[in-house]
Amino acid sequence: MSADLSDLYQQVILDHNRRPRNRGKLPTANRVAHGDNPSCGDQCSVYLRLDAGVPGQPDRIGDLSFDGSGCAISQASASLMTTQLKGKTAAEAEALYQNFHAIVTTGKEPEEISDLGAFAGVHAFPARIKCATLGWHAALNALKNDATPATTESHTD
Amino acid sequence: MPDWKKIRSDFPVLDQQVHGKPLIYLDNAATTQKPRVVLEALARFYARDNSNVHRGLHTLSMRATDAYEGARARVGKFINAADPAEIIFTRGTTEAINLVAASWGGANLQPGDVILLTEMEHHSNLVPWQLIAQRTGAKLRYVPILGADVEGGLDLAQLDALLTPEVKIFAFTHVSNTTGTINPAAHLCSRAKKVGAITVIDGAQSIGHLPVDVRTIGCDFYAFSGHKMAGPTGIGALYGRRALLDAMPPWQGGGGMISLVDYFESRWKPSPERFEAGTPNVADAVALGVACDYLDALGRDQIAAHDGALARLAYEKLSVLPGIRLLGPRGERSGLVSFAFKDVHAHDIVTFADEDGIALRGGHHCNQPLMKKLGLTSTTRASFYVYNTAEEIDVFAASLRRILKFFGGA
Ligand SMILES: Cc1ncc(COP(=O)(O)O)c(C=O)c1O
Repeated sequence: MSADLSDLYQQVILDHNRRPRNRGKLPTANRVAHGDNPSCGDQCSVYLRLDAGVPGQPDRIGDLSFDGSGCAISQASASLMTTQLKGKTAAEAEALYQNFHAIVTTGKEPEEISDLGAFAGVHAFPARIKCATLGWHAALNALKNDATPATTESHTD
Repeated sequence: MPDWKKIRSDFPVLDQQVHGKPLIYLDNAATTQKPRVVLEALARFYARDNSNVHRGLHTLSMRATDAYEGARARVGKFINAADPAEIIFTRGTTEAINLVAASWGGANLQPGDVILLTEMEHHSNLVPWQLIAQRTGAKLRYVPILGADVEGGLDLAQLDALLTPEVKIFAFTHVSNTTGTINPAAHLCSRAKKVGAITVIDGAQSIGHLPVDVRTIGCDFYAFSGHKMAGPTGIGALYGRRALLDAMPPWQGGGGMISLVDYFESRWKPSPERFEAGTPNVADAVALGVACDYLDALGRDQIAAHDGALARLAYEKLSVLPGIRLLGPRGERSGLVSFAFKDVHAHDIVTFADEDGIALRGGHHCNQPLMKKLGLTSTTRASFYVYNTAEEIDVFAASLRRILKFFGGA
């Protein structure tokens, strides 16, 4: 197997693909958003519960889950994302997405150690960047309470 | 019988490595590769004859016109049309179907009329009908597929109930790009004729693979693409019966299609010019004529036998893989296999196979309603053509086995 391919399908990714975390509908969710990738038919729904902060403090993600179908990259990315976003504010989630986006588009591993770095290999497969970011688009839409489905076509990646 | 091994050397693109492996091109249902004679025809036209057609009185323009009209006659002969004027050059299948829908549909459909389609249509034989149905108030109706994996093709037992007198158009694909089903085109046309419906056949997947005789089939329209029959992209044709074409209004206006233009109204030329507004795609049409020569020299019955045998071989080899779901007929099929696994996604398969130099396609194949009906979001498809070999299918099957192992399957 080529170096590019083994970089793409890292153990962390294969593990999340085989045993997805937080998969299924979240019964306590108060936000939901759907994402799809029209060119390949991948779909992802993100359910999240936003908990009100103490007055003056921003809301935080109390819990979240995902559901959908797609390739190993899209499923693993959504699964890993759910483990990273718990407890975060909308601003923190957006910042984390920016980090993630930089990782998958440039291949540069993050400075602080994070499982997100497992997705650095995606950059060598530009057609697969959309797969890696699908769940994130849905999650960010859910945080914005934007009911229009996130579609990877309308994003610059 | 053609020397299939030698045919490979007719296709310059095949002589290359991908990721250090010899290219195995199994994405022929998306587009076929082009033989050297077709590439040379393109270059020759531009280097020697290039000029605008019709209206020209100088030597080059006359040469270009002759070459373009010669190509029309050649394409007509390829499908046994009665008259070259029954061939309208288009950008491809999609544009040809849009032409019929907009022109014949726009002029003839009334509220309450029915357009009969099948559940296995490509988006390009579906969306144009949705658009014209919305404009005219006609309704869509579908011939269902048979079997959980479409192994039974179309459910022909339903035809009596579906082909009612309100049906004005029956549009169906000759060969499915997603299941490899070969539909009984002549039978479907004769059934449609009984209720007075016109028939429109999507020939994108049949034109380069099977002998096609529009008069034996008995269809009113037949749409196809050059790039799926060893010809260039950007050119295709609509065959239409002369009597129907001459009664149809133009669908696009411009130069070349009028007999007389006044500031307030114009008169149209007869078919085919009426439907070819603007400067046509002359060079690609000429090269398409050469592709017809190339395929006829091989023999389309021979091509059908060759592609079909490869598809059955692939079907057999893949059917033993654990957890595989193969779509389409078990026996006779066109030159493709389409399959899905529960735990390994088509896009992961395509990425892995590419590393072995194998070009496959994964996705919904512009067939989303069918995918949904089958409970799938995508399949992986391997599709074959004249230059593919049994050895390539061995390499493909072995690659697939490694992929499954990697993802924790077999
Ligand atoms: C069955 C079928 N119909 C129509 C088309 C559309 O052909 P084109 O894109 O050349 O217009 C295709 C090709 O993808 C096809 O497979």
